[in-house]
Amino acid sequence: MAVVPVAAGMRHRARLSRPPPVKRDASRYNVRMQIILNGQPRDCDSATSVARLLEQAGYAGRRVAVELNQEIVPRSRHDSQLLADGDRLEIVHAIGGG
Amino acid sequence: MNLKTTAPTDPLIIAGKSYGSRLLTGTGKYRDFDETRAASLAAGAEIVTVAIRRVNIGQDPSAPSLIDALPPGEFTLLPNTAGCYNAADAVRTCKLARELLDGHRLVKLEVLGDQKTLFPDVVETLKAAEELVADGFEVMVYTSDDPILAKRLEQIGCVAVMPLAAPIGSGLGIQNRYNLLEIIENAKVPIIVDAGVGTASDAAIAMELGCDGVLMNTAIAGARDPVLMAHAMKLAIQAGRAAFRAGRIPRKRYASASSPIDGTIG
Repeated sequence: MAVVPVAAGMRHRARLSRPPPVKRDASRYNVRMQIILNGQPRDCDSATSVARLLEQAGYAGRRVAVELNQEIVPRSRHDSQLLADGDRLEIVHAIGGG
Repeated sequence: MNLKTTAPTDPLIIAGKSYGSRLLTGTGKYRDFDETRAASLAAGAEIVTVAIRRVNIGQDPSAPSLIDALPPGEFTLLPNTAGCYNAADAVRTCKLARELLDGHRLVKLEVLGDQKTLFPDVVETLKAAEELVADGFEVMVYTSDDPILAKRLEQIGCVAVMPLAAPIGSGLGIQNRYNLLEIIENAKVPIIVDAGVGTASDAAIAMELGCDGVLMNTAIAGARDPVLMAHAMKLAIQAGRAAFRAGRIPRKRYASASSPIDGTIG
C-alpha cells in the first residue's frame, strides 16, 4: 500500500522538474480572452465584435437579442460593439411560455 | 339582436389597440410548435405570451423557432417575465424583449415570490411596474387578487391588471370571485384573470363576473386534447362575455313560474 503513493509522488516531482513547454508569445499573435456567454466561460479572440461572436455561435441573422454587462446592445451596433476580457454577454430568444 | 353586428362593437381595448378575442393564451407546455400553433388558432387568440430565455449555445441554431410558428404579423406576441424573482431581472427581461421584437412595448410583468405557490412578489412587482412604465413600456401586470394593489398598479400606469384566480397551473378555478368583483368594479383598465382556470366553465365564470378577458396556458396545453380544449375555452369566453353583457337574473330563494299563472284549466 505504501509503495504506491511514494511512486506517484516521484512521478509528480519528475514532471514538475521538466522545463515548461515552449509557448508562442500570445501578445504577438491573436490575444485570447475570456468572456461569460449565457453564464458559461467562453474563449475568444480579442477585438471580437458582437456580430462576429453571433456568427461563431451560429446565430447570425437569427432573431435574438443581446445584452452586454446588463445593457442592451441594439442590432444596429452588433458590428461595432467589441467585446473585452471578462465581459458578460447574454443572447436570448423567445420560447414557449405562459 | 344581431350578433354579427354586435360582436365587433365589443372589442377588448388594451393600450388603445382593439382585439376581437378576449382569450389570451400562453405558449408553454405544448408537445411541439405545430400543436402550439393549432391550439392558438383554435382558441382564436390574438395575444399570445412568450418567454424570453437564453439560447442554448451549441445546439442547432437553425432549428425552427416559436416565432416561426407564431409570426408577429399574425399574433400580438406578449413577452412575459415569468421566472423572474426580483424587479431588476424583470426589467432586464422586458428590455431584452423590446430589442428582440423590434421595439415592441407591450409586456406581461410577472415577478414571482415563491416557488411553491408562484404567488407574485407584489413589492417587487410594483417596483418593476413603475420602472417599466417610466421607460415607455405598456405593462400588463400579473398580480394577487388584492383590490387595493390592483388599483395601485392601475394608478402607476399599467395598461391591464391581471389578478390570479387560483395559483398558476393549479386548475382550481375561480376561487376569489368577490375579490375579483371588487377589482373589476373599481377598474378603469382591463382586468384579465391570469391564472388558475382549469376548464371551460371556469373561464365562463370569470367572464360572467365581468372580467375583460382571461389568460391561460396550462388548462389548454395540459388537456388530453389541447386543440379541442382551446376551442372549448373560446366558446366559454364568448358565452361568459355575452351572459355578462346580457345581464343575468337576480338569484331568488323561491321559485318563479315561467308559464303564465292566469288561464290554467280546472
